Amino acid sequence: MDEPNEQPMDLHYSDAQEAFRAEARAWLAAHAPAPRSLPSLDTAEGFEAHRAWEAELAADRWSVVSWPEAYGGRGVGILEWLVFEEEYWQAQAPLRVSQNGIFLLAPTMFEFGTEAQKSRFLPPMASAEEIWCQGWSEPDAGSDLAGIRSRARRSDAEGGWVLSGQKTWASRGAFAEWCFGLFRTDPEAERHRGLTYFLIDMATPGVTVRPIPQIDGETGFAELFFEDVFVPDDLVLGDVGKGWNVAMATAGSERGLSLRSPARYSRAADRLVDLYAEHLARDPGGAGRSADAVARAWMGAEAYRLNTLWTATRVLDGGSVGPEASANKIHWSETDLAIHRAALDLLGPEAEFHGDGVDAPWLDGFLFALAGPIYAGTNEIQRNVVAERMLGLPRA
Amino acid sequence: MHFAFTDQQLEFRDAVRQVLAKECTSDDVRAAYEAPAGRTSRWATLAELGVVGLSVPEAHGGLGLGLVDLAPLAEETGRVILPEPLVATTGMAAPLLADLDAAGTADGRIGPWLDAIASGHLTVAVGDPRWPGEPVAGAVGADLLLLVADGPDGRELHGVDAASVTVTPVPSLDPTRRLGTPEWTPSPGTLLVSGEQAEAHLAATVDRAAVAIGAELLGLADAMVTLTAAYAKDRQQFGKPIGSFQAVKHLLAGAQVLLEFARPVVYGAAWALDSGSADASRAASVAKAYASDAATEAARVSLQVHGAIGYTWECDLHLALKRTWALAEAWGSAAHHRARLLDSLLADR
Repeated sequence: MDEPNEQPMDLHYSDAQEAFRAEARAWLAAHAPAPRSLPSLDTAEGFEAHRAWEAELAADRWSVVSWPEAYGGRGVGILEWLVFEEEYWQAQAPLRVSQNGIFLLAPTMFEFGTEAQKSRFLPPMASAEEIWCQGWSEPDAGSDLAGIRSRARRSDAEGGWVLSGQKTWASRGAFAEWCFGLFRTDPEAERHRGLTYFLIDMATPGVTVRPIPQIDGETGFAELFFEDVFVPDDLVLGDVGKGWNVAMATAGSERGLSLRSPARYSRAADRLVDLYAEHLARDPGGAGRSADAVARAWMGAEAYRLNTLWTATRVLDGGSVGPEASANKIHWSETDLAIHRAALDLLGPEAEFHGDGVDAPWLDGFLFALAGPIYAGTNEIQRNVVAERMLGLPRA
Repeated sequence: MHFAFTDQQLEFRDAVRQVLAKECTSDDVRAAYEAPAGRTSRWATLAELGVVGLSVPEAHGGLGLGLVDLAPLAEETGRVILPEPLVATTGMAAPLLADLDAAGTADGRIGPWLDAIASGHLTVAVGDPRWPGEPVAGAVGADLLLLVADGPDGRELHGVDAASVTVTPVPSLDPTRRLGTPEWTPSPGTLLVSGEQAEAHLAATVDRAAVAIGAELLGLADAMVTLTAAYAKDRQQFGKPIGSFQAVKHLLAGAQVLLEFARPVVYGAAWALDSGSADASRAASVAKAYASDAATEAARVSLQVHGAIGYTWECDLHLALKRTWALAEAWGSAAHHRARLLDSLLADR
């Protein structure tokens, strides 16, 4: 923030940004599949259907608009990305099967990757030819991520590392081609030291995938077993032994600006108000009891939208996102739950309808939202971060 | 899109913060609990700084600025629990009078009022048009009251000077609120505007009040969380600072998250009102509801983390608690504004 800021506050998008919006809207209107028409991306069939949709997005450079053109993007800024996301969710286009790659790994790779890594991995990530999963958590290292035990043994003869151990809760792990994972490269080092960030081809001999059925019965995540899996040196992201620092950049993206764009919640909150209006017309007394919860949920989404614009401006002015990312994660995950909880209350006895032939978007959304306070670092861990790093409270 | 304050706005805020840190300590607030109502030397200081006349047009000696400029300053007055009626005078009355002046209403009475606000010689109390029979904050000691009455063409807005009104004080939990019930007789001499025109001005005032009070609540919430975090670092139990326990951390973190998200909501609403945005009223309601919730949660958590000492008269915390509870309900509670928001969302469908 070297330049003095004399620019008055302004929450209008520019004409150029509005033109970009119009272009995105027109493209999505012509190409996006009908809402909820693709099978769930947590099934084999749905995974491929979503991959095909993302290939279509990528063919016209809509899959990763904020990336440089060389890697498949349009080289636009964060505000244009937010505009695109607004249109994407407004069009009720499908969930992004490549989200772990494009929203989490990619920002980390832009910061820490070599030119060769970026050229090799970003274009097929943008086109969904290669889909990534995350190999961080272990059976005994969840919230206590620094307790990772999976090891990487040095092999000078082969010019790389030999990985062994077990990872779990790997989202998209059942079907992904690649995995970004944290392994302990220095067995003597403790906790946050001695970890290294690896890019792992899931087809390498020694990798075993065991899909885990989730609460909804689908296999959205998996356990990954590594038995002497060789990874060459050029697939280390960042420096050997500095994996924790690299991972924290990914975690910042996961909790901060890039994983969950506000448009997702704004759109859900608007649908909630539609649902409320519908029920109010039918049963004013019954629906009226949900009025406060509906308004609260809508406000949560609106606050998230405004906070994102506030943070994006700070980043564009040269500032950074620190522990606020943890506050952010608490907010979006709780807002998502509040929106869906309010919807289920409005639906009343219909809320539990599920199964073959029943379209239950609110219940599916609720089940998805339930994971929010758990993944990307539980909200309890985020509250510790807020208390210690924003308020300066002492560590236990 | 550039959602940030200018350096100049932030420098003004910092200057006001420095002055208030000296001129409005907790001892000063306690003194105001006992002092008679009326203009103070601190008010004169704020007028000299340009704070009081911030939203008075330049032609009348003010700075001609808007709510975006006022919001960070109102945050500071909230932070120190300023006893004087800055938000009513500068956040509500001055813009309302300036609008009336610009529209050429009410002959030549308004100009001198604006001059006197800017020079620090006139404080104003504004009655909430939604609850005309209720006591008015700042009525005791105000030089001018802006009040609503029923007339032949619907509601009327009147400007009543202190000499033409009898104000019966109403005790408040926070004595610096200077609550009072005004008794007065509407006359052509007090009438400012009536009918549809009056409604438009009253609606604008309700929105401005929501945002300006919302900004004060941000300052209060920040002050309470900061004070309480400092206490939690200092206070030892079981041989360590209580702030090292997760049960305490999570209370404070929850309040901090609400505050973090309340800020852009209030600032965005200030911008929406200043820029005449179509959804400005809706934004104002979201701002008041969010800021009220954030501040009442900060108050709840702060009292709980302080424990028994926070429940005493001796500890400064209660000064902030009382102002928070008053402002959270003033000009529409969180629930009131959520209902208003939902009505507005439904009207779009």
